[in-house]
Amino acid sequence: MGRTLFEKVWEAHAIRELRNSQTQLLIGTHLIHEVTSPQAFSMLREMGLPVAFPHRTFATVDHIIPTDQRTEPFSDPLADAMIKELRKNCVEFGITYFDVFSGKQGIVHVVGPEQGITQPGTTIACGDSHTSTHGAFGAIAFGIGTSQVRDVLATQTMAIGKLKVRRINVDGKLSAGTYAKDVILHIIRKLGVNGGNGFAYEYGGEVFDKFTMEERMSVCNMSIEGGARAGYVNPDETTYAYLEGRPYSPRGDEWKEAMKRWESYVSDADCVYDDVVDFDAAEIQPTVTWGINPGQAVFISERLPTPEMTPEDERGSLAEALEHMKLQPGQPIKGTPIQVAFLGSCTNGRLSDFKEVAKYIEGRHVARNVKAIAVPGSQGVGAACKELGIDQIFTAAGFEWREAGCSMCLAMNPDKLVGDQLCASSSNRNFKGRQGSPTGRTVLMSPVMVAAAAIAGEITDARDLFGR
Amino acid sequence: MALRKILEVSGTCVSVPGDDVDTDRIIPARYLKCVTFEGLGDFLFYDVRFENGQPTNFSLNDPRFNGATILICGRNFGCGSSREHAPQAIYRYGFRAVVAESFGEIFFGNATTLGLPCVSASRHDLAEIREIVESEPKSEMTIDLAAETIRFGGDNFSTSIPPSARDALINGRWDPIGELLEAGALVKERMAQLPY
Repeated sequence: MGRTLFEKVWEAHAIRELRNSQTQLLIGTHLIHEVTSPQAFSMLREMGLPVAFPHRTFATVDHIIPTDQRTEPFSDPLADAMIKELRKNCVEFGITYFDVFSGKQGIVHVVGPEQGITQPGTTIACGDSHTSTHGAFGAIAFGIGTSQVRDVLATQTMAIGKLKVRRINVDGKLSAGTYAKDVILHIIRKLGVNGGNGFAYEYGGEVFDKFTMEERMSVCNMSIEGGARAGYVNPDETTYAYLEGRPYSPRGDEWKEAMKRWESYVSDADCVYDDVVDFDAAEIQPTVTWGINPGQAVFISERLPTPEMTPEDERGSLAEALEHMKLQPGQPIKGTPIQVAFLGSCTNGRLSDFKEVAKYIEGRHVARNVKAIAVPGSQGVGAACKELGIDQIFTAAGFEWREAGCSMCLAMNPDKLVGDQLCASSSNRNFKGRQGSPTGRTVLMSPVMVAAAAIAGEITDARDLFGR
Repeated sequence: MALRKILEVSGTCVSVPGDDVDTDRIIPARYLKCVTFEGLGDFLFYDVRFENGQPTNFSLNDPRFNGATILICGRNFGCGSSREHAPQAIYRYGFRAVVAESFGEIFFGNATTLGLPCVSASRHDLAEIREIVESEPKSEMTIDLAAETIRFGGDNFSTSIPPSARDALINGRWDPIGELLEAGALVKERMAQLPY
């Protein structure tokens, strides 16, 4: 019987069974950032332990970094203390650190792939739930807590129970104006925010075969929003083409050997999945959230649910979400005024996202009362946009063009909503208070839909505004 | 490393309403700006407990539930971010166990590693438990991890916890670092064979 990619990678990295029946799993690549690592380093010091394999850990700064004024010390003394702590830890323990002045800094899930650190058939861990992003390359990538960051630093292994695998097929053709973001929002809407508990999601089918690496990353990124601990796509020619020539990609003979190895890390045709779910791409339309978790979403053409059409045990959540969002049951989502537009994040802060938006905003302008910010996911993305003149298109259209970081996805830096502002956002979470104001409101959507909302001043169907 | 065997947790309860209570709700991101976990208990459910600096009528502000050590929650509690700050804040506020219908997986693992048992109960039983908490706030609950039962208000409720977490808690090996370190030589050997 064949095996899934997940099983192959798992078996290649399983060290032994632990006494509680979890597996001690080898972690080939470890990524760290300033928020979830300082306590882990403190624990190592307290225990008198070194970092076991420092060359397997890579660091960058993303969550707290300001995206406008980068001069140090930062105006926020807590943020300043965190960046200094990360620097100190990386020097003390001999860890490669992509600092602000390296030109390689950015969101950890944008930097890893961009540098060629993320590779097929590997295990990756990072103290961040969106680590599932790296699964786009056929890696098995886990978001972990700080104690596990300590475990990986100290042993390059972690304790984890084996996951089941759910294959998610999306076949057919996506209609124009429907993007990878719509695909994952639709999957989460249909399978639920906890539907993936206990599973790794394997995404496949015609849509994923045609997707670029950046599109695959957008989908894998939000696996955790569907409750799945990991999400991946089997590597193929698209994967290899993306990786060739990147700074940490293998070269020469090593490249040839790596390719051979990577080709074996795909799910066998006769493998057996624990579950299979099929979607028809033609049925997916531009999707936007209306509530306080990513599963509370509708197509742009739809109306919000009413209590009558909602299962009884979800009516409480519906009422709570509508109250926070200041929306009415059964109302259309289209036409909801916005005050802020955020383009960026580890979900949609890559070159292709800005390139796609630039096609539509040239010659148009952000609505007068909307604050719109565009935040590249990495310095690499920012530089590529500058080279193509994309930053100019954005600023001409009334967007603020910023430096790389997580920014308003979780507002740990100065980029925050104020009061109950409503933000059209290309990020991944619409939790209450997520964007920095306890009463702030977030509506998740694709980058092009964010741009359309910014220009119209309200949530709108980008296909109508920009033409199909 | 010898850790405490967590066989039972007893204490009074407080109930947090709602499903899908995410880690941003448990501790807002602005309080993750720290290099230690000390003092995080102060920020637990901060934006639910306070509005414009004033305490709200949220259950954690209700003096009837002062001193509660068991948190009663709904479905998919702790979904969202991997921030260990969330279970750390719960623990440091004084809670020693969480009972919910289900949990976000990363949160569950992080909590277990701190020795904070997270056990599941049915939606039906949770509704009954919440009623007892409300009507008899001083009533003491006992979660028996070995037997997977909850004794509360003169009733017994069945509860479940994944076998690996149950084993780790009742046998005092909920923090795996000691066991992981034991395999040092094996890890080195396997690492040398890793083709990347």
